[in-house]
Amino acid sequence: MLEDLFNVVKTRFNGTIHEESNEKPEKPIEIPKDLVFKCPRCLNVIMTDELVKNMKVCPCCGYNSRITAEERISITADKGSFREFDKNMTSKNPIDFPDYEAKQIALREKTGLSDAVVTGECTIRGERCVIGVMDSRYMMASMGSVVGEKITRAFEYATENKLPVILFTASGGARMQEGIVSLMQMAKTSGAVARHSDAGLLYITVMTDPTTGGVTASFASLGDIIIAEPKVLIGFAGRRVIEGTIKQRLPDDFQTAEFMLEHGFVDMIVDRKLMRRTIAHILKLHKNPSGEEIG
Amino acid sequence: MEQQYVNDLTPYERLELIRHKDRPTIKDYIPLIFDEFIEMHGDRYFGDDRAIIGGIASIKGIPVTVIAEVKGRNINENKESNFAMPHPEGYRKALRLAKQAEKFHRPVICFIDTPGAFCGVDAEKRGQGEAIARNLMEFMRLKTPVVSVVLGEGGSGGALALGVCDELAVLENALYCVISPRGFASILWKDASREKEAASIMKITAEDMLKLGVAEQIIPEPFGGAQNDVGQTAENIQDFLYKTITEKLKIDIDVLLNERYTKFRKIGEFTEM
Repeated sequence: MLEDLFNVVKTRFNGTIHEESNEKPEKPIEIPKDLVFKCPRCLNVIMTDELVKNMKVCPCCGYNSRITAEERISITADKGSFREFDKNMTSKNPIDFPDYEAKQIALREKTGLSDAVVTGECTIRGERCVIGVMDSRYMMASMGSVVGEKITRAFEYATENKLPVILFTASGGARMQEGIVSLMQMAKTSGAVARHSDAGLLYITVMTDPTTGGVTASFASLGDIIIAEPKVLIGFAGRRVIEGTIKQRLPDDFQTAEFMLEHGFVDMIVDRKLMRRTIAHILKLHKNPSGEEIG
Repeated sequence: MEQQYVNDLTPYERLELIRHKDRPTIKDYIPLIFDEFIEMHGDRYFGDDRAIIGGIASIKGIPVTVIAEVKGRNINENKESNFAMPHPEGYRKALRLAKQAEKFHRPVICFIDTPGAFCGVDAEKRGQGEAIARNLMEFMRLKTPVVSVVLGEGGSGGALALGVCDELAVLENALYCVISPRGFASILWKDASREKEAASIMKITAEDMLKLGVAEQIIPEPFGGAQNDVGQTAENIQDFLYKTITEKLKIDIDVLLNERYTKFRKIGEFTEM
């Protein structure tokens, strides 16, 4: 009797398939990847158009998703004010890592970037400053010779010209392919921050998604004022590494901007839509009453 | 301190050598290198991290501050020192003692021997990244000579946090790397078992450090490694330290700070076309 029951189900099942295939074989609907955005925080699926209209902030949970250096500069700097530094600086291959050059060439073509950071000078609501933006499309914005050198030069230029520095950080950490040379960039950039700081000048860090590893453990954590975008990843060690060490799953809010605020490592969380206004306001407060930059 | 022979151990053989339980640690060296070492505890904020030992001592009559990462010589010592993987409070203790040294015009001597800074929940909560970053910045402008020695493993930011200095020496078989070879293989090839291959291409030996401008000196070890004659190794380290410190103490501090900045400033390989 039981077997009969299964037979009925089987027949029905086969029958259905048959009926449908007699009509029109339906293909699974293919959605072009760039048409929708799946938020990595709240997992909601949003039309890309909608996301772009919202400055790439998730309308469901407020996560400030990753944007390109070009996009960042266009929403931060006054129109036409940006002048780029060291545009054509590219990395060599200090430890002769296999295929490193080829990978770089391909990425340069794909992204139009020379490496993982864009630096330059601009005005923000009329306030002159040095700006640097890391772009995670380029090897997860890892720090090698070029990132280290461009950030260092940006600070040196700012120190010489008595300008504040604003850095939008994002990075997977030190660039493995450059070995110990990439580790040394942490010391080099931190030294440049020290000199800028000793000159009494302002340095604002804006931590964006994701700020981790050797960048968290160097210039990103050294701002006079540290701002983070909502829901972004900020931390030192990789989540998987820690989970491997403690053999437990970590809570979802571990290593987020909110987690860092709670533990005292960022000054404030500011949504992208208010970022330009907030930075301009801070820059104004760091001028003395005669309108001169303090320092 | 002339090199008697060419070290023909492969990077992986050296990795095995420095991880061997007989490899001397800072606890073996301190009584042989310094007189009257007095240990100081705590970061004055949170606690005392036993992965980093610090204190004051003298080397041939010169008062110095000593800061060192501590590997254990057995399982109990390793449990106490967390296998030489410091928490943020360890780096903050190091910075506190360095600032104290600056106040009293004592040179700072750092010994590096760690697989890396500890990766854990508490370390993140207390700002591992911030603690390392702060050390890099503050050591760069510390107004007293700083000399560092890599004794065994120099792993990642956890090593560099004691590595911003006027002169860096690496023991002949010691290694200095951006991440452990295991971590390197795991990140780049998603396969930690390719550790040996990683060690061979990463350029992590003492000779590589000289070539890349990261280190200034190689301290020779007795034939077969430091464990074969701890006394001789300690003497070689002491010779290097005494010579370097007396040299650095003669240099005007502003000149010294400029040289320290320049030492790191020039590392990096890029082109501009």
